[in-house]
Amino acid sequence: MADTAAVTAPVTDAPIAAARPESRDDRALHRRVFVGIAVALALAPLVLYPVFLMKVLCFGLFALAFNLLLGYGGLLSFGHAAYFGMASYVAANAAKHWGLTPELAILAGTLVAGLLGLAFGALAIRRQGIYFSMITLALAQMAFFFSLQAPFTGGEDGIQAVPRGHLFGVVSLADDRVLYAVVAAIFFLGMLAIYRIIHSPFGQVLKAIRDNEPRAVSLGYRVNRYKLAVFVLSASLAGLAGATKAIVFQLASLTDVHWTMSGEVVLMTLVGGMGTVFGPIIGALVIVTMETYLAPFGAWVTVIQGLVFVLCVLLFREGIVGVLARRLGRPL
Amino acid sequence: MGGMRLAQDVILATSGLTKEFKGFRAVSGVNLEVVRGTIHALIGPNGAGKTTCFNLLTKFLHPSAGSIRYKDRDITGMKPADVARLGLVRSFQISAVFPHMSVLENVRIALQRRRRGDSFDFWRPERVLRALDGEALDLVEAVGLSAFAEHQAAELSYGRKRALEIATTLALDPEMLLLDEPMAGMGHEDVDRTAALIRRIANDRTILMVEHNLSVVASLSDRITVLARGQVLAEGDYASVSKDPRVVEAYIGSGHA
Ligand SMILES: Nc1ncnc2c1ncn2[C@@H]1O[C@H](COP(=O)(O)OP(=O)(O)OP(=O)(O)O)[C@@H](O)[C@H]1O
Ligand SMILES: [Mg+2]
Repeated sequence: MADTAAVTAPVTDAPIAAARPESRDDRALHRRVFVGIAVALALAPLVLYPVFLMKVLCFGLFALAFNLLLGYGGLLSFGHAAYFGMASYVAANAAKHWGLTPELAILAGTLVAGLLGLAFGALAIRRQGIYFSMITLALAQMAFFFSLQAPFTGGEDGIQAVPRGHLFGVVSLADDRVLYAVVAAIFFLGMLAIYRIIHSPFGQVLKAIRDNEPRAVSLGYRVNRYKLAVFVLSASLAGLAGATKAIVFQLASLTDVHWTMSGEVVLMTLVGGMGTVFGPIIGALVIVTMETYLAPFGAWVTVIQGLVFVLCVLLFREGIVGVLARRLGRPL
Repeated sequence: MGGMRLAQDVILATSGLTKEFKGFRAVSGVNLEVVRGTIHALIGPNGAGKTTCFNLLTKFLHPSAGSIRYKDRDITGMKPADVARLGLVRSFQISAVFPHMSVLENVRIALQRRRRGDSFDFWRPERVLRALDGEALDLVEAVGLSAFAEHQAAELSYGRKRALEIATTLALDPEMLLLDEPMAGMGHEDVDRTAALIRRIANDRTILMVEHNLSVVASLSDRITVLARGQVLAEGDYASVSKDPRVVEAYIGSGHA
């Protein structure tokens, strides 16, 4: 039996893995992990289906973006499906109806997600804690009903048969392996961008705000502007993931804006380890693998996922990578 | 009591400052004037409203009535971060460090605000902040924490956390400091060192300080305001205030409570 403290304490009380200040050694370790990920990305298609891998990468990037907000901004959004899903609608429309090349379609989706994040974030950051989360959820529900009604989303059918097109108008993405290379590059660059955001002068201020908000205010930091900025960055990167997914699966549908998608990204992040650099990737890998290989069980997948989540919270609240980091005594 | 003061000598002034919490008046019609370049102590029994006053002055709380002027400017409606940017910076009664950051980083985050203004540059590496390390280390040294520069702030003893807080506050080079019980929880040596530090930094600054250690108050402050039940009970230098029978009674009265 797990100890009772672990059972009763709320999830978000889980200690953030990087308990001590990061050293240069830690940066060197992270650099080695990045190299490891690059090698894994290059070799993975030799053993696994590219389509499965691309799904993992899209959700991995989505979870990384979400974790930027939760783990480093200290803000729990229950409505990240809005940015993921809206970006996928925009990218699908751009590729199918506006005749844009895939990279421009993805860029358009990303930008729209960022703008939506700016509007929703500006409303949500006026409140703190659970109220913040409730507002993000309510706004995402509005985005969902908009998607259900607006002609631009194709309603229940979604937007199907989105052309993968030619990258820069030149390279055909019809071949899964070519597309995989593009998606892997987007994922890797997205991951590096998030790492840089965390380790920038801006990231340092975020850290201070998360650590002691009143003190940050008393030093003259207008904390709401920083919270809004990280919200917009997170929404944009979630949009990048959603837009890429629309091109990969040639489909944008209501599933991507539904609240269950917001829940799924929370799940991935917590299973992998919130506030860890690499945890969300592992979380996405675990959840997507389960969905794929448990698909024959139909609706039971949700139940099994729920069980995994409960077990995670009971057994290792810091998530898989969080536990690993604690064992190693290094932030990961 | 001192003679007429020129308006321009007064850096911070409140008039009729009042704060009610659900009908209870924690601060009640306080008129306070702090003269530029002095160390001004705000004392009074527990629950007198000293911290609430600080929260009002730095805009962490909004007054129910009254106004605040700082450097001939009405700051009553301002936001706390903007007040800090005007050079009116506070410390907190309960030690306020950034626990998961190193001692050096704690001081540097304040320097970062002063030297770079806002830091929305999420695309630059953290490395650019190393340019501030030298200055940060000097401040860390000034409060006697050199040996702990790389330690996580959470690991420091209480007295050292207070010292770190002062270094962080000083990193902003504020024109006026509000220190809420800077020496609470410190041992004798730390108290002496901090007192010397406060005297040193007061050379070209104004300090408003809440402190329970009366010998420190006696030796440091130019002027003392005594607060009791949210109201100003007495004001003057230490000699006159300490002889005031109402002050003696307020302190003894609170001893019984
Ligand atoms: N947010 C609040 N809500 C309700 N009452 C409050 C609040 N903050 C302070 N008070 C009350 O106002 C009164 C003044 O509190 P304050 O903290 O300003 O006292 P203080 O002079 O700083 O005391 P101490 O010397 O113990 O620090 C107390 O009775 C306190 O209980
Ligand atoms: Mg107090």
